[in-house]
Order: sequence, then C-alpha cells, then structure tokens
Amino acid sequence: MSIISTKLKSGRWQLVLLATFVALSLSLAVAWQGLWNHQETIPFKAASLENADFGRAWPVDAGVVDHHGQARSLSDFRGKVVLLFFGYTQCPDVCPTALHRATQLMAALGQDAEKVQVLFMTLDPQRDTLEVLSHYVPAFDPRFIGLRPQPGAVADLARTFQVFYHINTGSSPDTYTLDHSATTYAYDLHGKLRLAIRHAAAADEVTADIRRLLNE
Amino acid sequence: MKNLSISLISSLALLAFSAQAKADISVDNAWVRATVPGKTATGAFMTLKSDKATQLVGGTSPVAGLVEVHEMLMEGDIMKMRAIPALKLPANTPVELKPGSYHVMLMKLKTALREGETVPIKLEFVDASKNKETIEIKAAVKPLTEKSGHEHHQH
Repeated sequence: MSIISTKLKSGRWQLVLLATFVALSLSLAVAWQGLWNHQETIPFKAASLENADFGRAWPVDAGVVDHHGQARSLSDFRGKVVLLFFGYTQCPDVCPTALHRATQLMAALGQDAEKVQVLFMTLDPQRDTLEVLSHYVPAFDPRFIGLRPQPGAVADLARTFQVFYHINTGSSPDTYTLDHSATTYAYDLHGKLRLAIRHAAAADEVTADIRRLLNE
Repeated sequence: MKNLSISLISSLALLAFSAQAKADISVDNAWVRATVPGKTATGAFMTLKSDKATQLVGGTSPVAGLVEVHEMLMEGDIMKMRAIPALKLPANTPVELKPGSYHVMLMKLKTALREGETVPIKLEFVDASKNKETIEIKAAVKPLTEKSGHEHHQH
C-alpha cells in the first residue's frame, strides 16, 4: 500500500514538474516571440507611414505624364518598390542631392535595383518642360523617370501627397524659386505608401530600408 | 609750390587710403553644377575670404542673364531657398558657399553648361563704406550629380 502511495505521490510530483516545465517553456517561447516581433517592428530607419491616408494616387485630372509624355499613374509601378521625390530642376542642391542618393541606392542594391523605381515629380511644370525633364532625370540614372503634372494641377497634387511647396517671387517673372518638402516617399511592392525618408538620411540607411521592403 | 605739395601730399594720402580700403578677397574651389539643355539656372559654389569685412552683393556672367546671391536652409524637412541682398564676409573668416547653404545663382542661362568647361563670373562686393570691388573668377563646371566640391577628396 505504502509503496503504491509513494509511487502515486512521486507520479504526482512528476506531473507537477512537467506542468511547471511546460508552463515555463511556453512563457519563454511567448517572451521570445514578443522580443522577435519587437525586433521586426523597429528596423526601419525612416518614419513609417503604415496607416497613411494620403498619397495613394495622384488626382486623375492632374494629367501626370512621364518625361516621354506618356500618361502615368502610381499603380503602373506596382510590383516594384517606388521612391517618389517632389522637386524642381532649377533647385541647386537639395534635388540633385536626393537624386544622387538614389543613384547610390541603385548601385548598392546591385541586381535588386531592377525591382526599384525612382520617380522625380516636378513641382515647377512651368519651367520643367518634358525636354528639361528628359535631359535632367535620366542624367542621374537612365532608369529614373521624371514626372510632370499639368501646371494648374500642382496645388491639388501637392495637397494629395501632403507635400509643402511655396513660390518665392524672383526679381523677374521667370526667376522665382521654390521652397518645398525634401522628403522622399517609399511605396512597397504592393503599391502601399510605407515610408517618409528624410532629406538628411544617409544612402546606407535608405538602402537598408529599401532592402527590407524588397524582402517582405 | 606750397599749394602744389599740399595737393600732392593729399592726393598721395587719398591714394594710400583708397588702397588700404580695398579688401583683399580670395576665392577658392569655385565650381558650377552642370546643366542640361533647357534648364535655365544653376548654382555656383566656392570659398570666399576677405582680409576686411565686406559683403558679396551679386555679380555678372556672360553665360547668365542674371546673377544673384541665394540662401538655402532646411526647416525640418522643408527646403527653403531665396535671393538675399548681401552675404556678409567677416574679416579673415572663410565663408563657404556650398550645397545646403549659400550659393551664387546663375539664372536666365544662355547656354547649357557642360562638365569640363569653365564659367567666368564677376563677383561684386560692397563694404560698409560703400567701396565697391569686383573680382573675376573662373568656375569649373562639375557633373550634375556632384554632391559637393570636395567629394572626390573624401574617398
């Protein structure tokens, strides 16, 4: 009797030990999972725009054409990670710097660069004719595309993308300058706006972010 | 005779004064960003240094219809750019005109500027006593993609 009861007792202890072990393993697994998920959400260096309710498409009547004159919409580039920058070609440094960084990104991505589309949308269609854009944008990389809205559509377009711009009158009618947002937007492979990349972001930071979008 | 010597001395003094008033301005690493056909403006960058306080107020160039001094600054992630009437040069202090800061803006360009060419620019300076000075420089045209005038040295 006593032997059986001892056996039962030890069996019960074993059960308790087993349960404790299972519980501990489970909580460890959950903790590890949490830690893992946590790591997954942090790595983007640029500001995440997960739930952006803007910048989904340009207004239909904006009449956006590429530097060859062909009508373009954002959805044309689905299946690629899209980098969209708003600027103007007379911009002496911010725009060339942003485009230069994009060329560094393309070089760093190697083969994967084929899955990236860089778009330069002018905020100055008045002076940035298709001729200017067709010479300017591909000069950085022949794969880059210049986009031009109708001159009357810039304000609406800028609003749709939460892009700030302001025209400073110049000393003559055609020598005005523009203040504008220097942020580059990144869209994922499904055409969803995901990141706002700051002008100050270094090329290697941008490359890391774009690689992540490509590997999703 | 006395009158003559006085006038001689005073004119010599005046000469000496005006020679002294003239600032000695040096311009280093002047470059211009290349353009593409149809693009009518570009920036010129350089380092200016004057032995006396003065101001860069503008200039002229045979390639441009208009030359202005511009200031670029970032406010958050917004780039602001505008013409300024004058850029102050404190005595013996190098002032760098570089991407992301001040530049000489060549506007109403008459021709596309290609890499390897040089662009003559006359820079105009005016000091606090309204003394004017003009310096002619030759700026090298660097590629459109040039990030800064020193980039190649950093590698």
